[in-house]
Amino acid sequence: MSEEHYLELCENPVQFEHASSVNNVFFDEANKQVFAVRSGGATGVVVKGPDDKSSVAFRMDDKGEVKCIKFSIGNKILAVQRTSKSVVFPDKRSLKLLKSQSINVNWYQYCPETAVILLSTTVQGNILQPFAFRSGTMSKMSKFEIELPVVPKPAKLSLSERDIAMATIYGQLHVMYLKHHSRTANSTSAEVVLYHLPREGACKKSHVLKLNTTGKFALNIVDNLVVVHHQSSQTSLIFDIKLKEPDCAVNTHQPVLPARSIHPYRIPLSGPAVVPSQPPVPCQLYSSSWSVFQPDIIISASEGYLWYLQVKLPPTVNLLQDKGKLMDFLLRRRDCKMVILSVCSQSTRGVLPVVATVFDKLNQVYKEYLEAEQSYTVAMESGPSRGSAAQKRPVRTQAVIDQSDMYTHVLSSFTERKGVSHKFIIAVLMEYIRSLNQFQITVQHYLYELVIKTLVQHNLFYMLHQFLQYHVLSDSKPLACLLLSLESTYPPAHQLSLDMLKRLSTANDEIVEVLLSKQQVLGALRFIRSVGGHDNVSARKFLDAARQTGDQMLFYTVFRSFQQRNQRLRGSPGFNPGEHCEEHVVHFKQLFGEQALMKPSTV
Amino acid sequence: MASGMQEKQYTPSLLSFFIYNPTFGPREGEEEKKILFYHPSEVEKNEKIRNVGLCEAIVQFTRTFCPTKPAKSLHTQKNRQFFFEPEDNFWIVMKPNKDGKPPTIEYQEEEILDTVYGAVVRQCYSMYKLFNGTFGRAMEAGGVELLTQKLEKFFYRYLQTLHLQSCDLLDVFGGISFFPLDKMTYLKIQSFVNKVEESLSLIKYTAFLYNDQLIWSGLEQDDMRILYKYLTTSLFPRHSEPELAGRDSPLRPEVAGNLLHYGRFLTGPTNLKDPEAKFRFPKIFVSTGDGYEELHLIVYKLTREFCEQLDGLVGPQLTLLASDICEQFTINRRISGPEKEPQFKFIYFNHMNLAEKSTIHMRKTASVCLTSVHPDLMKILGDINCDFARVDEDEEIIVKAMTDYWVVGKKSDQRELYVILNQKNANLIEVNEEVKRLCATQDCFTTLKTVTSVFNRRLFFS
Repeated sequence: MSEEHYLELCENPVQFEHASSVNNVFFDEANKQVFAVRSGGATGVVVKGPDDKSSVAFRMDDKGEVKCIKFSIGNKILAVQRTSKSVVFPDKRSLKLLKSQSINVNWYQYCPETAVILLSTTVQGNILQPFAFRSGTMSKMSKFEIELPVVPKPAKLSLSERDIAMATIYGQLHVMYLKHHSRTANSTSAEVVLYHLPREGACKKSHVLKLNTTGKFALNIVDNLVVVHHQSSQTSLIFDIKLKEPDCAVNTHQPVLPARSIHPYRIPLSGPAVVPSQPPVPCQLYSSSWSVFQPDIIISASEGYLWYLQVKLPPTVNLLQDKGKLMDFLLRRRDCKMVILSVCSQSTRGVLPVVATVFDKLNQVYKEYLEAEQSYTVAMESGPSRGSAAQKRPVRTQAVIDQSDMYTHVLSSFTERKGVSHKFIIAVLMEYIRSLNQFQITVQHYLYELVIKTLVQHNLFYMLHQFLQYHVLSDSKPLACLLLSLESTYPPAHQLSLDMLKRLSTANDEIVEVLLSKQQVLGALRFIRSVGGHDNVSARKFLDAARQTGDQMLFYTVFRSFQQRNQRLRGSPGFNPGEHCEEHVVHFKQLFGEQALMKPSTV
Repeated sequence: MASGMQEKQYTPSLLSFFIYNPTFGPREGEEEKKILFYHPSEVEKNEKIRNVGLCEAIVQFTRTFCPTKPAKSLHTQKNRQFFFEPEDNFWIVMKPNKDGKPPTIEYQEEEILDTVYGAVVRQCYSMYKLFNGTFGRAMEAGGVELLTQKLEKFFYRYLQTLHLQSCDLLDVFGGISFFPLDKMTYLKIQSFVNKVEESLSLIKYTAFLYNDQLIWSGLEQDDMRILYKYLTTSLFPRHSEPELAGRDSPLRPEVAGNLLHYGRFLTGPTNLKDPEAKFRFPKIFVSTGDGYEELHLIVYKLTREFCEQLDGLVGPQLTLLASDICEQFTINRRISGPEKEPQFKFIYFNHMNLAEKSTIHMRKTASVCLTSVHPDLMKILGDINCDFARVDEDEEIIVKAMTDYWVVGKKSDQRELYVILNQKNANLIEVNEEVKRLCATQDCFTTLKTVTSVFNRRLFFS
């Protein structure tokens, strides 16, 4: 069962003195700092930030109960609120009113990440007015209405601060509304309604997350997933707003995975009073003393812990049977690479259509990255002058699984796996190549090599021949050489290899070598002539080969042919010393006599 | 034997066709036992025995000259006989009829007939083997009795479809015409075939064809070669002729009660929904990788569930693929330009992959194989082919035919190309140039642009 917990609390929580009658605890969402204020500050204020370095401790005079306490960014200014209408800055500072708006506000929410404040207005509280702060200015954004499940009569405040949260999901600011079920509105279960709040333009209802249950909920955002904690069942659900649900209305989402609780967490007992052998105490999850903050923070004030919530990907693999959906889900996660590769490996134990789907999903992302990379390169080459906005280099996320990843982690071990039929191995390899081709990704040579190796291992030469015939294995010099090496086991490989070299049209030297090695000296000579390389070719190489055949007439023909060439190029039939043909000249004289040598023609 | 057989009009060009095994009746008076099959069956017993005896004697006699290569054919003034020993001591003999024409004594013609008919006899055996396995297998299973039954059953029908008059160089090659296809569509077909084979594990091998051109074969080359022959010259024409004629074929998809896709079975049931449907498929025999004579049996003996599954799986996807391929076909057409009569016609064959391409032959049908050139020219082609077969080296032969046609034969590595040019006043150099150009432009998908584009040149004028 523990394998199934796909959510966990981080291992290194921020620890602080737990809340008590003498210690008040505050949390600042902007700086993510926890303030432990002992005795109104008189016996100390300890500020703990997300990392150890940002811890600060100080004392201040106890001037009454602290209602709220915060640092400015960079811990420069401390602000303390003791009454509902005043804020004290311990350093003396002058304040200036920049801008004011006059609205009746029920409550507000602030999103530090995007610097947007959301105000609840009107009697029912369901007209929300957002403002955006940017470089010292405050701009009003278009207001919008949250649809209430029932409109109360007479009108009264019906939208609670607790049911609204703001967070960035996939780079877009969303307002999340926890819509409780209502008997009168005939809704059977609660849902989370997401409103997309763009920088410009109207706010629109964008997604509905079906919770399929009722009760008390809390929301977090982790790795662009909406996490909904359900207190009474002590479980959580996750939603991915980018996952398309085939059997749901547009933008209505069911949980990606079945509800599971957060992975059990044990609090390590520490301090001088603790015996080292004492086991850690299990922490009560989903406790009513938990406070949840956006995006991914859970604080237990009574125990003195601040955790970041995390998604564990490996358990999702077994919980999500639909491998296509699983891939869609994983490809959008942050630390997905190894999990995805393990899914690929796993899927090669499954059936082909699934393998195909997995590969296609993978290569879709891979292709998008390659394209972005390419257009970036093009933009860089054409200079920064074109296009005002400087293009950013595309980030290679973990979801980009390239051919070498697949080769190293999945395919090479797969082809060696015992007990798999070679038919299936080849089918999987071809499926990967098919998928790459479908996305117009150039297939790397080592994949072809793997295919050929597998085919050769099982004597499937006719299959190999057909693949080459249809150019499924693209032409390349290494591939041609590989084919050449197969000639002894499969003679037609010779023809295939030569054809490939010819098609490449950059491999004339190789063709000559191949022909010479087969003692086809005349063929080599005619070939090099036909491609116009005769003038630069090494005479010695040809003469060596011709002599090796033991065919004297052949040697004569080749020798004379080069003499004619020399005559044409240099006006003399003799060989240059640099051509190292002396021994062949001697040999020629021995065979045919001095008089058979071509005489320099008189110009 | 088989005296109950009715009078049947056999193809005029086949005088007799018989199979015998001399070891089956070595003693005098038992000669009849040697004869396993004799066509025409109505021939008198003694004549059968005489003919078989003659063949036996000739083979025996010629063996003394060359024990490893027994006689292949016998030319007499009146007729000609072809011998083939496919398995130890089993002999197939074919005697074509001159059909009343005076015997031709030209050297050329005899040459081509030998290679062509020699190939036809071998094909007869391969075809038998495809559907029945080897003779030896039948002997093991049920002795001479079973073998004669099988031979009777098979050749009685098969010989009727043998049209000796339309056999030519292509029968010698026994090639396969491949359908040119882009890589992506090809990979999709691969993927499709693999998925079908995976989900229906009863399927051992798949071959994929478009019209009568091969795209993919999971079978080994030699098996595919004969199966291809069967499909393209027998099964497909039989099914497509009623369709082309627009006649109401019993195999129309509507009848099968399935309008969603256009897949259907050419062998086996025509309508899966029909409760009376018979699920019978022909058996074929193919060789396996291990054990050279060990033949394995694929039985297309399928249950109703299997057929329905296959139909459901293959049909819809196949329709999609077919439209992809058709698109490709149209593109190919467009590239090859408007359909005007080209200045040349050619036959191309590659021994390595058996790829063949012919612009000389029109559509093959069950009854005739139409060629668009004069038989004399075809004979010249055959002659050149014989010449090529004699030597190992690359060669080129240019022939000026009587009718002002030029015939060019090229052999390079394992490829052969035959071109017939219709240029009246062209000289040798021009013809040579023309062929060079053709080689450069015609990408027979297995490229004619051969590497060793050099030939020892010989000239013939006839």
